[in-house]
Amino acid sequence: MPKTVVLARKPLSFSERTYLPQIATGLKTTLSNMFKPNVTLQYPEEKPSIPQNYRGVPTLVKDPNGREKCVSCQLCEFVCPPKAIRITPGSVPEDDDSREHVEKAPEEFEINMLRCIYCGYCQEVCPEEAIFLQDEYSTSGYSREEMINNKEKLYELGGTVPDPHYKWDKKKNAEDEGNSH
Amino acid sequence: MISTNKGETVSIVLDGEEVEVPAGINLVDAAALFKKEIPHYCYHPQLSVAGNCRMCLIEMGTPMRDRGTGEPVLNDDGTQKIGWVPKPVIGCATTVSPGMHVKTISEKVTDCREGIMEFLLVNHPLDCPICDQAGECRLQEFATDYGRGYSRYVERKNVKPKRTRLGPRVTLDDERCILCSRCIRFSQEVAKDDVLGFVDRGSYSTLSCFPGRELENNYSLNTVDICPVGALTSTDFRFKMRVWFLKELPSICAESSAGCNIMVSSREGEIHRITPRRNDDVNDSWMTDSGRLLYKQVRSDNRLLTPQVKQTESALDVAISSAFESFNGKKLAIVGSCHSTLEELYLLNHLSKATKAKKYLRGHFGEDDGILLSADRSPNLRGTLLSGFTNEYPKKDLSKLNDDLKKGVVDAVLVVNEDLLDSGVEGESLLGVPVTYLGTHQNTTSNLAEIVIPTLTSFEKKGTFINRSFIAQGFASTVPSPGGLLPLTQILCRLLSLSDEESKITADFSLIWKNLSSPPKSPFKGMTFTDAQRGSLQIDGSKWNNLSFVEKKALHFEPQSSVLSSK
Ligand code: SF4
Ligand code: FES
Repeated sequence: MPKTVVLARKPLSFSERTYLPQIATGLKTTLSNMFKPNVTLQYPEEKPSIPQNYRGVPTLVKDPNGREKCVSCQLCEFVCPPKAIRITPGSVPEDDDSREHVEKAPEEFEINMLRCIYCGYCQEVCPEEAIFLQDEYSTSGYSREEMINNKEKLYELGGTVPDPHYKWDKKKNAEDEGNSH
Repeated sequence: MISTNKGETVSIVLDGEEVEVPAGINLVDAAALFKKEIPHYCYHPQLSVAGNCRMCLIEMGTPMRDRGTGEPVLNDDGTQKIGWVPKPVIGCATTVSPGMHVKTISEKVTDCREGIMEFLLVNHPLDCPICDQAGECRLQEFATDYGRGYSRYVERKNVKPKRTRLGPRVTLDDERCILCSRCIRFSQEVAKDDVLGFVDRGSYSTLSCFPGRELENNYSLNTVDICPVGALTSTDFRFKMRVWFLKELPSICAESSAGCNIMVSSREGEIHRITPRRNDDVNDSWMTDSGRLLYKQVRSDNRLLTPQVKQTESALDVAISSAFESFNGKKLAIVGSCHSTLEELYLLNHLSKATKAKKYLRGHFGEDDGILLSADRSPNLRGTLLSGFTNEYPKKDLSKLNDDLKKGVVDAVLVVNEDLLDSGVEGESLLGVPVTYLGTHQNTTSNLAEIVIPTLTSFEKKGTFINRSFIAQGFASTVPSPGGLLPLTQILCRLLSLSDEESKITADFSLIWKNLSSPPKSPFKGMTFTDAQRGSLQIDGSKWNNLSFVEKKALHFEPQSSVLSSK
């Protein structure tokens, strides 16, 4: 065990006891800031611009065709450390023309924002690039229920993002143009 | 298929190590005995060998002999020369032979496996995110373990039908099928219902039912279990839950006296599916489709969840003591059930002694399908005999109870899980007779009963069932029971202590088994509940050979009478 050593406090020098040098330094800092550009934001009227890689509220996104990208694989539900995500999987009817080749989609998707710790694991694990932590950072509500984002809310928050894959279009092309059975 | 041999062994050299293996088995199984995996798709230990997936390629050689003289050919150092087969061979169709040399890992083998995996994945849709097999898929496993790790295929993939209905319970995703033919062989060899086959050629090959036929036999869902990929899916389970959320616990199927070993998969206390568990003495790796549906009873609408006294909800303690009041001092009839566990029947028998009650029992019978659905549709009829509850083979109804009620021989009834009105007891004979119903689900008897005490399903309790071959199989609970309910063993113990203050019997299973095995001629001699839970215990049932059991010859079952006559 290291021994506790008591150090004697050094007595203040004369100039330190007058406090004048410290006051002068403080005034200098204040004065120099008067001529620097203003950084204070008038929040909430004025909002900060959020950097690209910011981890805000998790949201669900649609592809530019307006189809939901989530296929309810439930990997995010599995990986979420505080268990904030709850998915009810569902199947897409075969005759739904707007969603050709899509077989599975969430029936309900809930993220409990009282549990979410904004770690971004769900975004990282998603094989369909369907969930993103975007720039929304301020959530509030009057009740616990209000703090649970359901599927509708999540798509509303998420919007549409550019999609480099167009997975289902590719599938449709493969069927139309070539090796269909 | 595993060939039967009489304990003979041969010695082979497995990856440079000399080992003894049972004669007649193939290299995949032989390697597995020494914890070496030879990856395979089409081979299934309980089906015939097809050898069409080529995943199990390995290197094999035999000691060389001179063709002319038969003399061993020797190396320079005097050891016998090994003639390695120049091309790799498939392990599943190669039977072990004395002195055989096998390489399960080598450069050539690795190369083969990478090649095969690449071919299998050429037209694979890679839709793991929506595939129900993901997490228990051989294709995923072997691709990571033995695959190349990246794809060189840039051409357009084949598009095949993704949701073909093969039968009422099975949906086929054609794109995922690797054409291993396990499902076809299962249908031919085990289910004896030859309905599946491949049509078209090359990469257009497709699994299909024969024209005008459907995969609708009662074993169709086993094809889903043995399909190594996600091609065959259970329509009931499709897209319901990912398997990595499921907690799997072993249990015993309560559908019939076949006593299939099952795996119950649940998430947060809710059962999502039931699959068979391998037991080569009872059900191999199979079970019926109808048995898989039994989990739906657990959360069905007519499940009894609250104790009732005179149609009003009451506390469990109150219900138990009013049940005792209702039959105390009366001429009680106890109606047991072949669906109860051995332990419950044992306690019920004690209760009947303590209350001097008469005992009644009915059987539930149906058609025998010669495989795993036996004519006796209750899991534990042999348990009623072995627990001492009865000595006779139960009839198919309770007309005797009806007669006794009419004659006034009995004037109070305690029923365990049977529907009296459905069993030949007339409503009039029950007028004015206090009925206590101990059961899981609502029925006409529970509706007219004075006291209703809910009990637990076989998924929620522990116990032992004795199957048609007198094999005792213990099981533990797989999901938590609904709040506020007690297992039947405990309810019976409370009734027992009310009727007989001296009674020292508790619901402790080790104690019940101690009592069961203690009589000098007990068939349970030296056995404990832990033994029964760990594996199947063969019980000597020769004492009951004179009873006419209804079961016919089936998978792993010979009726006693035919065994006797053949001797
Ligand atoms: S459906 Fe499954 S079991 Fe049947 S051949 Fe295809 S991969 Fe094999
Ligand atoms: S397992 Fe041997 S060829 Fe398929």
